[in-house]
Amino acid sequence: MANANRVFAALTDPTRRAVFERLRQGPCPVGEIARGLPVSRPAVSQHLKVLKEAGLVDDRSEGTRRIYQIDPKGLGAMRAWLDQFWDSALTAFAEEIEHAAKEEKE
Amino acid sequence: MSTQIQPAPVRKSVFVNAPQARAFDVFTSGMGRWWPKTHKIGPADLDRPIIEPRAGGRWYELDVDGSECEIGKVAAWEPPARLVLIWQLTPEFTYDPDLITEVEVLFTPDGTGTRVDLEHRDLERLGDKADAMRETVSGPGGWPALLQLFADEAQS
Repeated sequence: MANANRVFAALTDPTRRAVFERLRQGPCPVGEIARGLPVSRPAVSQHLKVLKEAGLVDDRSEGTRRIYQIDPKGLGAMRAWLDQFWDSALTAFAEEIEHAAKEEKE
Repeated sequence: MSTQIQPAPVRKSVFVNAPQARAFDVFTSGMGRWWPKTHKIGPADLDRPIIEPRAGGRWYELDVDGSECEIGKVAAWEPPARLVLIWQLTPEFTYDPDLITEVEVLFTPDGTGTRVDLEHRDLERLGDKADAMRETVSGPGGWPALLQLFADEAQS
């Protein structure tokens, strides 16, 4: 089972986070996830494997296709997502302030 | 199910190179300048999130097509030192007016700049929502395992 570190580590990779974000819109097969991202299908499969091991996503078979979805239990994924989200949001906030201060000096 | 174990709040701090009032202002009225464009609820592209500058105000995202999606509300508006937002997005990232989780942001003068401390708390309520959405709660790898995850996190 996932531990917290693994969950957080799984979401530190930006491409993997993009895969996870894509699944927020609903269950999706690998091919479709890959179409929306600038990475190969095998790369997406690899990211999904890591997300699955971290307990963030689940998969099921539908005919010959494998459909991935965000772990419906939600809480673990949600907290991990929020942790990452506020991290990147506050970093962007600090950068915006630096950027604005520089522009004013020039 | 057991709800004795509470997930730890998400806590983040950042130092910004600006006076307290300016930090508060950029965080609130300037949120559209730094909020990640990828983090949105509606189907249309995000224009910017908007925080109405008063306690009881709305917190919502304005999309480029003019549509609005609720994120939550403003619980406390105390410029330049403190802001409390209510985050009302479920684990499925849909707005739920009955879901109340708090995001408190403190702006503290620190030397030439400002220290910003953010705490997103009441996360166990997200668990209640996640729980309510599920038919079953105790399957293998379900709540017992998730609660263990949070127990580990709380102790780390």
